[in-house]
Amino acid sequence: MTTHPTLNEIARYADGDPGLDEATVWSIEVHLESCADCRARLAGSTTAESRALVAEVAAAVDRGIAAGPAPRSRSFFRTPVRQRWFVAALLPWVAMTAGVLGTAALLTYFLSELPSIVLLLAPLAPLPGVAVAWSRLGDPAWELIVGTPSAGLTMLLRRTAGVLALVIPVLAAFAVLGASRADPALMLLPCLAFTAATLLLGSLVGVHRAAIGLMAAWAAAVVAPSLATAELPVLLQPPATGGWVVVTVVLAALTLLRAHSFRRLTSF
Amino acid sequence: MRAVSTAETATTIHPWAVHAEALKVRAGRHLAVDGLDLSLGTGVHGLLGRNGAGKTTLMRAIATVLKPAGGRLTLLGSSVDGRADLRQARRALGYLPQHFGYYPRFTVREFVSYMAWLKEMPKRDIPAATQRAIDRVGLSAKADAKLRTLSGGMLRRAGVAQAIVNDPQVLLLDEPTVGLDPEQRLDLRELLRDLGTDACVLVSTHLVEDVVAACTEVVLINEGQLVWQGTPAALAEQGDERHPGDSPAERGYSALLRSHLAEATR
Repeated sequence: MTTHPTLNEIARYADGDPGLDEATVWSIEVHLESCADCRARLAGSTTAESRALVAEVAAAVDRGIAAGPAPRSRSFFRTPVRQRWFVAALLPWVAMTAGVLGTAALLTYFLSELPSIVLLLAPLAPLPGVAVAWSRLGDPAWELIVGTPSAGLTMLLRRTAGVLALVIPVLAAFAVLGASRADPALMLLPCLAFTAATLLLGSLVGVHRAAIGLMAAWAAAVVAPSLATAELPVLLQPPATGGWVVVTVVLAALTLLRAHSFRRLTSF
Repeated sequence: MRAVSTAETATTIHPWAVHAEALKVRAGRHLAVDGLDLSLGTGVHGLLGRNGAGKTTLMRAIATVLKPAGGRLTLLGSSVDGRADLRQARRALGYLPQHFGYYPRFTVREFVSYMAWLKEMPKRDIPAATQRAIDRVGLSAKADAKLRTLSGGMLRRAGVAQAIVNDPQVLLLDEPTVGLDPEQRLDLRELLRDLGTDACVLVSTHLVEDVVAACTEVVLINEGQLVWQGTPAALAEQGDERHPGDSPAERGYSALLRSHLAEATR
């Protein structure tokens, strides 16, 4: 910090004394920018003339504020703008997911000889949402987004978390209502494992392709056979819980290792 | 008056803002940019070429959206090919894609400030930078209008506003003059000249007259390779009365393209 100007100098500066040379004026101004005490001293030595000027300016600013447009009210939803489009784009997909799960719950209730259809479909529940959250179809500004520094795994994880925050309560509600006749852990863990698998596979082939592929594979390899044989697969019986935990952790760790591949267009 | 940050006064230690050596970029399976050598410094560079010459693919590669399939690409001294960390280079980038998607429910201001946030600008600078960008493209009167209510030319200008909001050092505009009326095109040329004084601006266009009016340098590419690079005046000297075109620059453009094609087929 520069040295404090003397009171005399400050008074002369406030007066606009022409005897004060330019270099001194500059050094006083630089000092005043960073020194609150000297600004207070300057306020004490202002002339009546400059006080009148300040008062006049203040009155003019007040008049301008009163005459100008009113401050804009906060926008709808009261959410930051960046989350608003996201919620708007996702709601139809989450509604569809809830609808499918609801139908599955009704079927489970009425067709009690079949294994729980809710449980069979639960692993796939977040996938449509995840696919839409990171695809050219779901995000019209994909080409702009993918060229920004924020694009990458962090942004994908944030969007995935948004999807899970909407889907998991729906699943939990079905589990609590008992519509699935199943262990809640076996509904939620496969769900997380499949989400992690989508992200990992998505780093190679694109997230929405990965989601579609995994949904088709699960439907063909597990859902169809277990409906045909009317037996719950080993994968979804209570002893498999530990396996799902391990799979989820491993897939999530591998996804983190492939973080760099989410910075380019290929993952969209 | 505003304070100058240390980042702005730092000396540049890279000779070129954009430097490509034997760059190869795929568009789908097709190698759209095939062994391109290009060096661009400060100024406005007009990228000319026929349809399918690789202009958009080159733009996408420089915008770090596409990963080069081979060669080297350096932006502002940092490498952006392979697995390089792109964050630093991307913060200094502005990009307007050819077909730019947008959120129809956003207002111009929301859209531009969302893009500023994605470009990791300091939060307190965003409102002022947004307003300044919107003012520079002449959309102030429509700043609070929803994007879906705008005409094609206004959307294009909103796109330019999001590209310049972070005061980029490398600005890529893919056909920014599409849909603009003659007066707006003059304004855009003025803006380009202004931006080109301290940044590297690369403008792809089909309009030779825009290039001559607003650019300090012309880059002509064909089949993904550099054909010619020089000033607009030098471009005009390339052609004579025998070549098709209504202006000296257009005649120069067709002369260069013809001689290149003749060489390629030989």
